[in-house]
Amino acid sequence: MNARLEILAGILGAAVLVLLAYAAPWLRFVLTIALAKGITVLGILLLLRAGQVSFGHAMYVAIAAYSVAFIAPHMREALLLLPLAAVISAAAGLLIGLFVMRYREIFFGMLNLALSMVFYSLLEKLYTVTHGTDGIRLPVPTFLGRELAGASYEWAVFALALVLAACFAVVVRIYLAAPLGQALAGIKTREARLEFMGVPGRFVLLAAYVLSALMAGCGGTIIALTSRHVTPALAYWTASGELVFIAILGGAGSVLGAFLGAVVYELTRVYAAANLADAWQLILGSVLLLVILFAPGGLFGIAQGLLRRRKAA
Amino acid sequence: MGRDGYTLARGGGAMMAWLSDNGLLLGLAVLDGLASAASIFMVAVGLNLVFGVLRILNVAHGSLYAIGAYTAASITLFLTSHGLPAWLSFPALVVAAALVGVILGPLIERVLLKRVEKQEPVLQLLVTFALFMILEDVQKLIWGVQPVSNDTPMRLLGTIDVPFGADVIPFTAYQLFVLPGIALFTLVGLAWFMRRTLTGRVIVAVTTDREAATSQGIDSAKITMLTFTFGAMLAALGGALASPMSSMVPGVGASTIVLSFAVVATAGLGQVEGAAIAAVMIGLGRSIAVYLEPELEVVVPYLIMVLVLLVRPQGLFGVTETRRI
Repeated sequence: MNARLEILAGILGAAVLVLLAYAAPWLRFVLTIALAKGITVLGILLLLRAGQVSFGHAMYVAIAAYSVAFIAPHMREALLLLPLAAVISAAAGLLIGLFVMRYREIFFGMLNLALSMVFYSLLEKLYTVTHGTDGIRLPVPTFLGRELAGASYEWAVFALALVLAACFAVVVRIYLAAPLGQALAGIKTREARLEFMGVPGRFVLLAAYVLSALMAGCGGTIIALTSRHVTPALAYWTASGELVFIAILGGAGSVLGAFLGAVVYELTRVYAAANLADAWQLILGSVLLLVILFAPGGLFGIAQGLLRRRKAA
Repeated sequence: MGRDGYTLARGGGAMMAWLSDNGLLLGLAVLDGLASAASIFMVAVGLNLVFGVLRILNVAHGSLYAIGAYTAASITLFLTSHGLPAWLSFPALVVAAALVGVILGPLIERVLLKRVEKQEPVLQLLVTFALFMILEDVQKLIWGVQPVSNDTPMRLLGTIDVPFGADVIPFTAYQLFVLPGIALFTLVGLAWFMRRTLTGRVIVAVTTDREAATSQGIDSAKITMLTFTFGAMLAALGGALASPMSSMVPGVGASTIVLSFAVVATAGLGQVEGAAIAAVMIGLGRSIAVYLEPELEVVVPYLIMVLVLLVRPQGLFGVTETRRI
C-alpha cells in the first residue's frame, strides 16, 4: 500500500470513527479507549520491528494513569496533565530501559513482565498511597481552563485521543522510515552486523523503547481521563497481553493496523466480555494462535490481500 | 514461643526478648523459605530443561504448574469422597503430575510448538503466551474461581516440633521432609540421569548442538517431545507438591511463571544445580520478607534477580554466549 493510499485510508478511518461516535453516543467511550490502546500499541509495533516483544507495557499505561490521578486533585487542566503524565511515563521508560536494554527476546519480554508484576503488586499492596484495588477516582478535568460536563467533556477527550492518534501515526511512520527506525530491523536480523557498521544497537532499541513508553503514557492518560477511575488492573499482565494481542491482530507491519486492531478488539470486547467473562482470555489466546499460524499479516494484511486480489481480477 | 524462651527473655532483658522473638520468626521463615524453594525449584528446572532443547521459553509452563495442583486436588477429593484410604493422596500427587505431563506435554509440543519451530523467536514466544492465556481460562472453566484446597496430605503427616535454640518451632512434617526430600531427589536424580544414562546424554547432545546431534543419528524430534513432556511433568509435580501448602486461586499460573523465570534468570539459563541454589536464595528471601515487611514479599524475588543481573547479565552460573555474526 503506498503512502497516499495509506493517508486516504487513515482519514477515512478517522471519519468513520467520528460518525460512529456521533451516531451512537455510548460508542464514544468505547472508541476513545480503543484509540488510547491503539496509540499504546504503536509503541509495541516499534519494538516488534526490532524482533522484541514486551509482556509488561501496560505498566507504562498505569504509570501515566496513576500520575494523572495523583496530579489531578492539585491541577485539573487536561492539556497540562497529558504532557506531564507522558513525560513521567517516558522517564520511567528511560530508567527501566537502561536496564532491560542489555537483554533481547526472552529476557527482554520476561523482564518487562516481571517488572510490571512488581508494579502491579505495589499498586495493590501500598493501600495508604494507592487505595489498593479500590483505585482512585479523578475529579473532572478542565480543557483550556473551561469546565466541561457530560457529552461535551466526552467529545473533548475523544477529540484529544483522535488528534494524538493521528500525530503519533505520522510520527511512527516517519520514525520507521528514518535511519533510527530502519536500524530496528537490523536488531532483528543480526545486531552484531549493525554494530560493525558503527550503529550502537542498544541505543537504537532504547530510543524506540522510550518512545513506546511515551506513547503508552499518552494512552494511559486518555484512559484515565475517559474512565476517571484508575485501578491496579491497568498494570496487570492481562492488560499487557491485550496490547500484544492487538498488535498481532491488527498486523505487526503497519501503523493503521494498530488502530484497526484496537477498534475491532474493543468493539468485540463490549459484547463478548460481558457474556463470556470467564472465557475471554481463552478466546483471545485462540485468536492470537490462529492469526500467528494462518494470517501472519493480521487484519490489515487480510484487508490488503483482498484489495490486491480485486485489483488483479 | 515456648515457655523456655519466655523465661530466657525475661532473664536477659528487652534485648534478649527481641532476639528471642525475632530469632524464632527467622527460624520459621527459613523453614518456610526452604519449603517454597523446593516447589519453585521443580518448576524452574523443568523450564530450564525445555528451554535447553527447544530454545523456547514456555510462558505456559506456569499454567502447567497450576493445572498439576488443581488435578492433584481433584484426585484427592475423588479418593476421599469414595471412602478410599487417605494415604493414597500421596501417590495422587505423583499421578496427577504424570497425567498432566503425559497428556498435555506431547499435545502442546506436537500440535503447537512443532509448527512454529522454524519461525522467528518472537513468534514462538507469542505462541506460548497465547497458550498461557488459553490455559488460564481453561482452569477457571474447569475448577471455577473459588479457592481450591488440598490439605489431606499435610494433615495426615501432622506437625513436628523442630528444636530451635531453647525453643521449638511446630512445623508440618510435609513441608519439612516430603517437599524438600522430593526436590533433592529430583536434583540428584536429574544430575545422574543427564550424565549417566543414554537418554540423558542424548538430551545433553541435542541441547548443545542440535544439528551435530542429528547428524550422529539422533532422532531430535523424538528427544524434543520427550524433553518437553518431562519438563511439563516437572512443572505439574511442582504444582501438585505445592497444592497441600496453599489453596489454588486463578492467577497462580502467572505468578509462578514469573517467579520461576526469576529463578532461572538468576541462576543462568540451562543450569540445573544453579537453579537449586537460586531457588533457595529466592525462596528464603521471599519468606523472610513475609515476616519482616509483608508488603515487599512480591518484590524481593525480582530485586534479587535484578541485582544479580546488574552484576552478571548471564546469571550467577550462566556462561556467556558467543556472538554470532
